This record gives sequence, C-alpha cells and structure tokens, in this order.
Amino acid sequence: MADYWYFQPEFEERTLTFLSQRYEPEDTLVFTIKERDFIDSGNASSTIKNYLQKLGVKPEILRRVAIAAYEAEINVTAHTRGGKVKANIHKDFIHLMFSDKGSGIKDIEQSMSPGFSTADKVMQEMGFGAGLGLPNIKRNSDMLHIMSGENQPTCLEIIIYFGEKILPDHGRSK
Amino acid sequence: MKLRDIIKALDAELLVKLNDLDQEVTCAFGSDLISDILHCTQEKTLLLTGLTNPQVVRLSDMIDLYGIIFVRGKRPSPDLIKMAQERELPLISTMYTLYKSSGILYNLGLRSCKITHG
Repeated sequence: MADYWYFQPEFEERTLTFLSQRYEPEDTLVFTIKERDFIDSGNASSTIKNYLQKLGVKPEILRRVAIAAYEAEINVTAHTRGGKVKANIHKDFIHLMFSDKGSGIKDIEQSMSPGFSTADKVMQEMGFGAGLGLPNIKRNSDMLHIMSGENQPTCLEIIIYFGEKILPDHGRSK
Repeated sequence: MKLRDIIKALDAELLVKLNDLDQEVTCAFGSDLISDILHCTQEKTLLLTGLTNPQVVRLSDMIDLYGIIFVRGKRPSPDLIKMAQERELPLISTMYTLYKSSGILYNLGLRSCKITHG
C-alpha cells in the first residue's frame, strides 16, 4: 500500500490536529456508489452540495466541494467494483471519505500527473479520460489523502474548509 | 445575448419546454471532455458539446450552466431530456459543428467564459 498526502499550507496545522484526533462530526451523510452506473453517478455529490448550500456555505466553496466530490465519485464508478462515500460535516469544514472494493491505483504519483489516464473506450466516449480527475480533486481540496496499491481497495479523503463557521457550537444553525 | 437569439443564429431546436427564452447568456465554453469543463470554467457558462450522455446534465448540478448546445446534429435520449426538464436546464440541438457554432456565436459578440489555464 502507498500513501499520498497533500496539504494546503494555510490549513496544514489545523488539518493535522484534526487528523490526530478525528473528533466527531456534527452530521454524516453516506451514499453507495455502484460500479459502472453512469446514469446515477454524481447523485451523491450533488446531494452533498445541496445539503451544504442549505447550511449557508458560500457558492465558491460549494463549487470546490462539488467538483472534488464529483471527480472522486466518478472514479469509484468508473475504475472500481463499487464503493461508498461518507461525508462528515463539521462546524467549519467537510471531510469526505471515499472507499471502494478495488482494484486499486498502481502508481499514485503517476495518476496525479495531468493528462495521465486509464479510461477505457466506453468512458472516453462519455467524455471522461482527460487525465484531470485526481489533479482536479487536489486543486479544489485543502487536504487530500489517497491510500491504495495494485489490486487493493482505495481510500480517498478530502477536507475542504468553509472559510467560516456555519454551525454554532451546540447543534445546528439551520 | 438572449437564448432565443442563440437558437435562431444556430438554426437550432430547443429540446425542453421553457418559459423564459429572454434569459441573458454572458459567455460560452466548448469541450467534449468532462474534466476539462470542470477544470476550466470559472463562471456560469453556456456549454457547447458533442456529449449526449446523462453525465453532461449532471455537470450542471456541480457547476452553473446557462444551458447545453448539442452540436453536429446530436440528440440526447428522452431520459436525459427529462433530467434537464426537471432542472429547467435549456437543451438546444444544432446541425452545425462545434467549430462553426462557436464561430457564429463569437462573431455575434458572445465571449469566451473566464477560464483557468494550465
């Protein structure tokens, strides 16, 4: 298994503190992602986006969450035997955890380089395979962690800060 | 540029029922690659594409689209049209190619949307 980490420098310390404690979120949404279901794929990401929108998260942050989540959701649909996404919503950030049943990423560093793609013909005909999936996730995330290996399940974690506290210290605001 | 003027200029067909064809469209982007569209566009945009699978409508859930123009006479499935109708997302089909459609709209003053380079 190989580990890939990316931290947006501004939030690195806070993120490391969270990762060492992994305290409970205010709310959690869980969605199943089916293998090769290109009709429904994207549904989890848009539901998460709409949920955050109702909480009052700013449009520019919603856009980043939606793009990062969607690219990850499509990856699970296209490249794995299916999996799930767990969205943990904290007071001022979202923590997304994608996990699947394999078959893993052979070389994570290579997959991170723009233009590298393992999309098959069916996916290419649908407009996937630009080789920008993982780079798009990284560009929109404040933290990205990928744990994978050949013929292994993949775990992909994303953290994006809202830039403000949208939930009060006790309970939910809206 | 108004939606109704775009439809006229491209000799195109509107595929969903819409009440407001006077909606103002400020910019456009053309691509057949989903990640390119997500990566490049920085503002609400009209999308010109040859893609007709449901994921192109899903895109509008993630980023703001004024609507989608299907080029080269491509027509999406009834299911996709239904998805767009639910979202009140304008779908337009033209016989013109991506290049010709873009050229016509550009000449009429519809600018390119702001994009991220690299």
